[in-house]
Amino acid sequence: MQNDIVLSMKKICKTFPGVRALHDVDFTLRKGEIHAVMGENGAGKSTLIKVLTGVYQKDSGTINIEGADGEITIRSPQEAQKYGISTVYQEIMLCPNLTVAENIYIGRYKDPIIQWRKTYKESGKILESLGIPANPKQQLGSCSLAVQQMVAIARAVDMDCKVLILDEPTSSLDEKEVKMIFTLMRNLRSRGVGILFVTHFLEQVYEVCDRITVLRNGELVGEYEIESLPKVKLVEKMIGKTLDDLSLIHKKEEAYKEDTAPAYEAVGLSSNVCTNSFDFKIYKGEINGFTGLLGSGRSECVRAIFGADKVSGGEVRIGGKKTRINKPIEAMNKGIGYLPEDRKQDGIIEDLSVRENIILALQVMKGFFKPFTRSEAEAYANEFIKSLGIKTPSADTPIKSLSGGNQQKVILARWLLTHPQYLILDEPTRGIDIGTKVEIQKLVLKLAEEGVSVTFISSEIEEMLRTCSRLIVMRDRSIVGELRGDEITQDKVMSTIAKGSERDEE
Amino acid sequence: MSRDASRNMPGNTRREPISDTQLLLSISIFVFIGMYALAIIIWGGGFSRPQQLFDMLNNNAYLIILSCGLTIVMIAGGIDISVGGVTALVVMACVVGLETQGQSVGASMLMAVGIGLAFGVVQGYLVSYLNIQPFIVTLAGMFFARGLTTIVSVEPRTVKNAAFLALKDARIEIPWLGYTAKNGSLIPGRIEGGVIVALILVALVYIMLKRTRLGRNLYAVGGNAQSALMLGVNVRRTRFMSYIICGLLAGIGGFVFLTHTAAGNATNAAGAEMNAIASSIIGGTLLSGGVGNVIGSLFGTLILSTIKSIVQASGLRDPWWQSITTGAMLCIFILLQSIVLSNRSKGRLSRKLTRGALGQ
Repeated sequence: MQNDIVLSMKKICKTFPGVRALHDVDFTLRKGEIHAVMGENGAGKSTLIKVLTGVYQKDSGTINIEGADGEITIRSPQEAQKYGISTVYQEIMLCPNLTVAENIYIGRYKDPIIQWRKTYKESGKILESLGIPANPKQQLGSCSLAVQQMVAIARAVDMDCKVLILDEPTSSLDEKEVKMIFTLMRNLRSRGVGILFVTHFLEQVYEVCDRITVLRNGELVGEYEIESLPKVKLVEKMIGKTLDDLSLIHKKEEAYKEDTAPAYEAVGLSSNVCTNSFDFKIYKGEINGFTGLLGSGRSECVRAIFGADKVSGGEVRIGGKKTRINKPIEAMNKGIGYLPEDRKQDGIIEDLSVRENIILALQVMKGFFKPFTRSEAEAYANEFIKSLGIKTPSADTPIKSLSGGNQQKVILARWLLTHPQYLILDEPTRGIDIGTKVEIQKLVLKLAEEGVSVTFISSEIEEMLRTCSRLIVMRDRSIVGELRGDEITQDKVMSTIAKGSERDEE
Repeated sequence: MSRDASRNMPGNTRREPISDTQLLLSISIFVFIGMYALAIIIWGGGFSRPQQLFDMLNNNAYLIILSCGLTIVMIAGGIDISVGGVTALVVMACVVGLETQGQSVGASMLMAVGIGLAFGVVQGYLVSYLNIQPFIVTLAGMFFARGLTTIVSVEPRTVKNAAFLALKDARIEIPWLGYTAKNGSLIPGRIEGGVIVALILVALVYIMLKRTRLGRNLYAVGGNAQSALMLGVNVRRTRFMSYIICGLLAGIGGFVFLTHTAAGNATNAAGAEMNAIASSIIGGTLLSGGVGNVIGSLFGTLILSTIKSIVQASGLRDPWWQSITTGAMLCIFILLQSIVLSNRSKGRLSRKLTRGALGQ
């Protein structure tokens, strides 16, 4: 083993029932480096970390750490700590009801009696030496998130850690706070601590890291020096296909006919949360999108269409026929499906199986007193697990154990099963990995080709540009413009949002 | 407390010496003093005599001990509703032991502690190592203890053992806190032995919570068990210990109850667990865990008993009035606590906002 190597993991394998999480993965960490582990959701990053911290046991492979002879086995987080491996999680794993000093020492007191003066003095020293702006006697809950995160790091450092694992420590911090964490990380690097840094933000990787290890589908793609791996290459390695793949996504221009009656049309529609009434129509086979800044009223509009909020006025026509939609069930019976923005809250039912989650919407439409037979339900579930490529051990697995992308596919399957004429997708790609995002976009295009009308909402404007043939631009809860065809460019969207009311429609 | 609301600006090293625990404690002490002062002003007489306070302590010594135990369990994020049943069982077992088995006082003390410990160990094991809901486990414990009590003896019994009666009648007399009775003789302030036991236990538990590793681990586990585990605290053992201590205290509380009444009855200490929980909550222990103080629980018990005295003094002698006022007070108290706590976090937020506006 080289002298400056502090941790080396070789040929690590880990299998869960039905899923191969890690397969022959190597990872090497040197003294005084910040090493990023990158990969999509489900690539095996968190499994790797959990093997290293003793939350999971590896199936095979070897782990060597500086200071311990030969191979080591890590059976619990406590054991990992003994070897000098400390972890700071995205969710702050400290006790907010205790003081800052106690959070540094709790679980490590050697004497059964606590010497408060010494505890405060020592922790004050640690905080000072790391430049952390906190008072040892302060209750931790009264500190900012960044300071709490830094206290967690201080605790790890005080335990003589050789390997510091930072699992997405920056994801809930603002820019200034991220800078503070980075300063602390560089400070530790200069002290010779090996830091394993996991993050989803590419910019952050390029700002602080020295080296990158890329994982994909539980396998090692490679280890790279940061200088030798430009961002584009990194993304390619992560998703395993060149970005050209994205350009294969071609929207069909104006595939729909405007001379027929719109599949759905609303005039002066408003709800109790969407008080500015709006007009909207969509044709068969059309993909349109609502765009605008966060809070501009995109979701409120589609919720009004689906009857998810209390509809307060307006007229709705489906296929030219006048009708009313006041409740989601009415919308569903008229062939409208709605994939909500907040997957966790409004979408999945955590403890139900994949199968039950898939048939839910259809079951609601059929009525709860006429349940599907087991074989019917299974057939439906298996059909979509196959056609959408949902990665799940079986249809009976609880949905909460699936990755975000796969959960989203299950919800999509739920609506596809109802064979909607008009499907509303509110942020279907949020918080899922790039590969699945591409799949979902392709699926949307395919649906449109089959004659389904789709309304697509996404915070990532590129996705909208790629898929939508008509964009409705919103600002401050009202529609300020409509773009179509060649007009759909990022610049045009931005300028339309900026211009606001002085819209120039064609 | 929500994290967002409690965010501070980085760089803020301003001292915040009062923790949530201390804040809630001060509220309950303040309320007790306020209520008592009010009672003295309005009804004078009885309330102005120190003996009134002593009687409140004498009557509630066992309850103070029970709420010490509950405070510990609640700080660690659990609950124990078996303590009333255990008290009744201990009382009845000791009475029968002393009367029919010829037990010595020392032996019955040991038996009291043993029964309490046994309940603590079994319930603690079920809750912490088998991960069963503490409410269910201790509910079962409560029924079990009540059932055993009637098995031990269905009929009410009184103790006639001389050694025990001597212990029962032992009083600490404080002449200068006494008062002159109508016939002109001076009646000194009298405190029962049980009160001394209760106060010593309060002090011990206070030190345990404040200054020992176990005590701090209890707060950590109650604050966030998942975090505590990751921080290297033995969560299961800590929980286990909380139930053992609570059971032990319930055993001692049972014996103290007996020294006050010298009689056993299947309905002894009925509802004591709920009073103990109420005392702890009024004393500033949060049901959600992680925040609490045993001194507060002492004052919580006193507040409850002051309410009773006030209700009686104001001429509402029907028993339901006590329940209604206790219920209302509990409600008001919890409301007060949550308002104070949420104002606190709002204060932090607004400080942050003003600092932000000033561009600091």
